[in-house]
Amino acid sequence: MLRLLSKMEVDRRLVGLAVVLLIIWVGFDIASGGRFITPRNIFNLSVQTASVAVMACGMVLIIVTRHIDLSVGAVLGVLAMIMGIVQTDFLPQFLDYNHPLTWVLTLAVGIVIGAAIGGIQGVAVGYLGVPAFIVTLGGLLVWRGAAWWVTQGRTVAPLDQNFILLGGGIEGTIGATWSWIVALIAILAIAYAAIMERRRRLSFEFPVKPVWAEYTNTIIKAGLVLVVIATLNAYHLPTRAAERLLENKGIPVTPENLEISHGIPIPLLIVALVAIILTIVVKRTRFGRYVFAIGGNPQAAELAGINVKRMTVAVFALMGVLCAISAAISSARLQSAGNDLGTLDELRVIAAVVIGGTSLAGGLGTIYGALIGALVMQSLQSGMALLGVDTSLQSIVIGLVLVLAVFSDKYFHRRYSDPSA
Amino acid sequence: MTDTNITKDPLVEMRDIHISFGGVKAVDGVSIDLYPGEVVGVLGHNGAGKSTLIKILSGAYQADSGQIIVDGKEAKIENARDARDNNIETIYQNLALADNLDAAQNLFLGRELTDKFGFLNEAAMEHKAREVLHRLNPNFKKFTSPVSALSGGQRQSVAIARALLFEARVLIMDEPCAALGVHETKMVGELIDQLKRDGLGILLISHDLHDVIDLSDRLHVMKNGKLVGSVRTEDVTHDDVLGMIILGKMPEHLMHLAGPGATNAPGSSPDAPNSQTSEIGK
Repeated sequence: MLRLLSKMEVDRRLVGLAVVLLIIWVGFDIASGGRFITPRNIFNLSVQTASVAVMACGMVLIIVTRHIDLSVGAVLGVLAMIMGIVQTDFLPQFLDYNHPLTWVLTLAVGIVIGAAIGGIQGVAVGYLGVPAFIVTLGGLLVWRGAAWWVTQGRTVAPLDQNFILLGGGIEGTIGATWSWIVALIAILAIAYAAIMERRRRLSFEFPVKPVWAEYTNTIIKAGLVLVVIATLNAYHLPTRAAERLLENKGIPVTPENLEISHGIPIPLLIVALVAIILTIVVKRTRFGRYVFAIGGNPQAAELAGINVKRMTVAVFALMGVLCAISAAISSARLQSAGNDLGTLDELRVIAAVVIGGTSLAGGLGTIYGALIGALVMQSLQSGMALLGVDTSLQSIVIGLVLVLAVFSDKYFHRRYSDPSA
Repeated sequence: MTDTNITKDPLVEMRDIHISFGGVKAVDGVSIDLYPGEVVGVLGHNGAGKSTLIKILSGAYQADSGQIIVDGKEAKIENARDARDNNIETIYQNLALADNLDAAQNLFLGRELTDKFGFLNEAAMEHKAREVLHRLNPNFKKFTSPVSALSGGQRQSVAIARALLFEARVLIMDEPCAALGVHETKMVGELIDQLKRDGLGILLISHDLHDVIDLSDRLHVMKNGKLVGSVRTEDVTHDDVLGMIILGKMPEHLMHLAGPGATNAPGSSPDAPNSQTSEIGK
């Protein structure tokens, strides 16, 4: 079996994670009498994971460069408050309420301020040489305090009608047809990438995977896409919401018309976009290569002419941008921005990244690992909530799982273990 | 590459280099030179200033005063990039490889090949890496493993290949055989011989006498930031060199080569004409 996997050049750690996730899902499904693996629950799970997943993608880069960011939850909080004020108090002075540009401008402001906040922390780490742990621990307090200052603690609500679509919810999805189109594009992209990679390797006469392995890989990936999309499409809108939607559009309300699929929730689409872009950045650009080089040997990176200080600033600024996106998702989901939004998110994000196989020693980590890590964390939490487990017991279990995950990773894989050995 | 026997001009000369750190004169008026196809050892105790001197050449430090002359022209070397622009490559003691990256990724670190969209062209880099490494070490197979999975000798091959890839003409090797086994030390020795045949000039820094004497054509010996003397390896015995390192004195039978002030440069060699004399004790 292991030999088969290595022939297919599949990351063994990824398989391990997927198996763990499967065990958790099946376990909860059995324990809850079939209520866990349902279209509805999987839809909710994807929406609940989105905010942490987006930040986890950035945290991978931070941890790979041997830093840490403890401030992400607080930065999310302050950015959500700022974006809340921008869309409810500031922009309505110039635009109508629920103007189609409001959400774009709001998000843009959030992203710019997020980049600035991250950049400032990056300068403190890179140029001033203060350890990232301290800078971002300070940041945690500073930005949480700043979140309160934005409105003197008042919760901002209601948010812009279009902005709240970023949080998913009944209308924050793209519907069945578009979901199938996205699936088609994804499958074509998967096949295209596999063909191009093979062709490139062949043009240099490098060894390639056997053809059957290429097919199996591609079919498994495409199959996964189809299963996910089919599941999300199988979750229908509640009858009353469907009725309202049909009435708004002037379509007669009949039993078959009422079967309206949710499709892909917008936050999940955002996660996919962020993850794809960052994976390309990590694997195919100089920036990504330098991030890993710095993590592997900062001195070597410096000697190779890489500007390590500037890279540090860039990585932290990127983290700030992702915090802004997460802030939009989570405040939109709650349809309000409170100053405690994102509390303890830094720990969820770091836990997700570490469960996903990123080494705290730096130099090693993957975006997709972090995504699965985030899903594992959220699955545990949702599953226990579904079973009615005490919140205090939930924390205990999640804490233990985190430690266990890192231990098993250390035990089963040596650091930078040789995949061919 | 340059033909060894025709070129008489040094590849690199460092003239009258001074540098001090907080009042301590780490390098005090030292001059050395290096010719194509030549391996020159720089010897001395810890703290003799040999590493500091070399770091000035590789751009890690800047001299307080003195000249660096590359191919007969004065060169300004203010950072590692300047050194590289002058075809001077340094292979550091800690190997300066990123352990988590594979051989090709390390070879091209900081100078990646990209396609027309600005994305990394991994295949082209791996292709070139295979070519260069094969020339250096035909047994090298682990192209896709992180370099942490390689043996010390293989890692050294990667580090040297990295320098070759960018057409280094002067190679600075800081303790190339530190932490290597007997077999691997031999392998590095063979590598150095091959580079020499290709017409590169190599500066070896080490405090292991055996390695350096076996590999070098000439030796520059330093003590307390000053040059004790420069000798041809064939003219001296182990004990002579030890005396130079420990006592800071030229061996008796070579005293005639010593210039004023007991510091000297060797003469009478067609490859290494007596071109400079360092002055100390100002």
